[in-house]
Amino acid sequence: MSRTFILALGIFLTIASSITGLVIIPNWQFKALQPIVKLDGTRYPEPYFGEQAKGREIYINQGCIYCHTQQVRMKGYGADIRRGWGTRRSVPRDYLMDRPHQLGTMRTGPDLASIGARQPSAEWHALHLYNPQITSPGSVMPRFEYFFREVYDGEVIPNDAVKIPRGRQASNATHIVPTDRGRAVIAYLKRLNQSYPLPEANQ
Amino acid sequence: MIAQPLPPAIGPEFEARVEVDGSSRAVVVLFWGTSLLWLTVASLAGIISSIKLHSPDFLGGIEWLTFGRIRAVHWDTAIYGFGGLAASGTLLWLQARLCQVRLPYRNLLLVGGVVFNIGILLGVIGILMGQSTGVETLEFPLWAMPLLVVPYVFIVIANFTMYFKKVTKHTYVSQWYLMAVTVWFPILVLSAEACTNLGAVDGVAQAIANWWYGHNVVGLFATPTGIAAAYYLIPKVIGKPIHSYHLSLLGFWSNAIFYNWAGTHHLTGGPLPAWTITLGVVGSLMMFIPVITIGINHHMTMLGSFHLLKTSPTLRFAVMGSMVYTLSSFQGSLEALRSHQEVTHFTHYTIGHVHFGMYGFFAPLMFAMMYYGMPRLMDQEWSSARLIRIHFWCTLVGMLIYVFAMCYAGIRQGLMMNDPAVPFLNIVRFTIPYLGLRTLGGVILLSGTIAFLINFIRIITPHKYTWATPTLLDSERDWRKVVAKEKEQ
Ligand code: HEC
Repeated sequence: MSRTFILALGIFLTIASSITGLVIIPNWQFKALQPIVKLDGTRYPEPYFGEQAKGREIYINQGCIYCHTQQVRMKGYGADIRRGWGTRRSVPRDYLMDRPHQLGTMRTGPDLASIGARQPSAEWHALHLYNPQITSPGSVMPRFEYFFREVYDGEVIPNDAVKIPRGRQASNATHIVPTDRGRAVIAYLKRLNQSYPLPEANQ
Repeated sequence: MIAQPLPPAIGPEFEARVEVDGSSRAVVVLFWGTSLLWLTVASLAGIISSIKLHSPDFLGGIEWLTFGRIRAVHWDTAIYGFGGLAASGTLLWLQARLCQVRLPYRNLLLVGGVVFNIGILLGVIGILMGQSTGVETLEFPLWAMPLLVVPYVFIVIANFTMYFKKVTKHTYVSQWYLMAVTVWFPILVLSAEACTNLGAVDGVAQAIANWWYGHNVVGLFATPTGIAAAYYLIPKVIGKPIHSYHLSLLGFWSNAIFYNWAGTHHLTGGPLPAWTITLGVVGSLMMFIPVITIGINHHMTMLGSFHLLKTSPTLRFAVMGSMVYTLSSFQGSLEALRSHQEVTHFTHYTIGHVHFGMYGFFAPLMFAMMYYGMPRLMDQEWSSARLIRIHFWCTLVGMLIYVFAMCYAGIRQGLMMNDPAVPFLNIVRFTIPYLGLRTLGGVILLSGTIAFLINFIRIITPHKYTWATPTLLDSERDWRKVVAKEKEQ
């Protein structure tokens, strides 16, 4: 009995110590972190509201994370900053509102931590999500055509329609209109922006 | 099992063992059988994901089959469906045998096995419908998790019951590992779910919890079960004791202590306090100690018995598993180095490494367990030597193609990514042929699994005719001849 007890206790302690050391202590260290008040009085990071929050849910349930990271590594470690994926490294404060986290571990596609700063155009995102081959020939990103309604030749063109460039039209559709979901994803992508120079990112 | 003379068919020891095996038959066959079905599902989902990465229009535009969902289904069915069920079947069977007690709570475990399967099925449907939690390796919707956790609690209870009732005085090395798995796995799953999906910790700490789990589910669940299988099978088949008891002890405890801390290297360069990552790197490097000791123990035991690899299916898979354990662990430790991570971190290299471990080490050891256990459980021999050979060569060749394609492409991909002068789409284009090669590797692996599945279905269907001696790899035994004979009679 006593030997078995020591075995089981030892086994338990190995795992209890690692979760304490790796998760509980860092979490406690982060507890003091608060959003920063910017010069214009707004806060960074802000909570996700409305369309952005919905867009984030879609980002999660479509599994964008399996191809995209949202973390910029420091200068001199990899080429994240030189590739223009960010202006500074990512720090814990950038993720205060992220539940669940979407840091990611795979870069089949580029990092998206600051895609909102790099690519602010909603039209570009619409065309790219609808069919990545339109904006990025040779891409392996899936088509997310179900976020859009197609407008065919001769139909009335709504105000928020985006024109598919000539030569890139795969069917009779000439325009696309984002659905609620399409608008939400684009709102989320446009909000992804870690440009604000947090002081701790320079340390 | 082949080299030794067959155990005397009479005598109290043999009868006791037959009784123990008989008690665990239904449960273990349920766990192993369904694990192979999930392996088939996982392989199919893997192949679909793989094809989508080089030909994105394959099944394109279908929401429930989009890459990000089918990819999650692939890994979750592989780790919980195949890994969870194969490992739990192994655990129950080995523990019953090593303790020499009848498997307790059989009906409860049968129900548990069925519920566990339903849980995975519902989890998969949840992911396909868009209910993934978004936390890697814990994607199953929260409502499906009790269906996985509760049956596992039955397994833990059964395991401890057997252990405390054991007839043998000795505790075998395999039993330490089995014990460890039953303590670790429930704690791992529950605390990781609490920290991520239930929101006990926030932001970046959640990412650490995620990778503490993601790494440990392989290291503290799949790996110890694989090592337990190797410690049991290799000495058993060749009829020699394990090389060194003291090395076993060192290997076990160093593995238990260091593996736990290794997970954070998955976040190297990420927005975490540097010391958490340093701990992960140190933990990973310290893993050389258990890996080398366990390696010496397994390979030294094999020394002088390599000729048996020609004939014994069990031994061939077990030795493949234990050799790849050494190699893939070396690879993993080096991978954790900061300079290595700078290149390979966000690339296909990591995927190559995972498959090296899971399909080169863990899966072959589970197959070896089944090749050894099923004839004893069913009182029938494997019905086709050729299908075993196909299974083995497909597993080895498919795995090697897969791992080579991903690791090589990953290194090149990483180097190109670290050179800002290379346009991103050029990198994408560069990887495509290797992704194609990976699909080929995956198809070969699946073919092997199907060969095994046919043999497995065959061995669980009762026959009038069977062989009295084990099916050797170099024999020409064929089930079709048996069927012909049955028809004649
Ligand atoms: C199969 C992998 C894959 C998946 C899944 C995926 N992407 Fe991509 N993504 C890529 C690749 C490859 C690129 C680079 C080529 C291109 O621009 O299409 C890319 C590029 C992008 C870009 C442009 C980045 C830049 O720097 O110009 C955005 C934005 C983007 N993806 C968003 C998403 C969103 C949102 C999702 C989920 C709804 C998603 N991606 C899912 C592979 C993927």
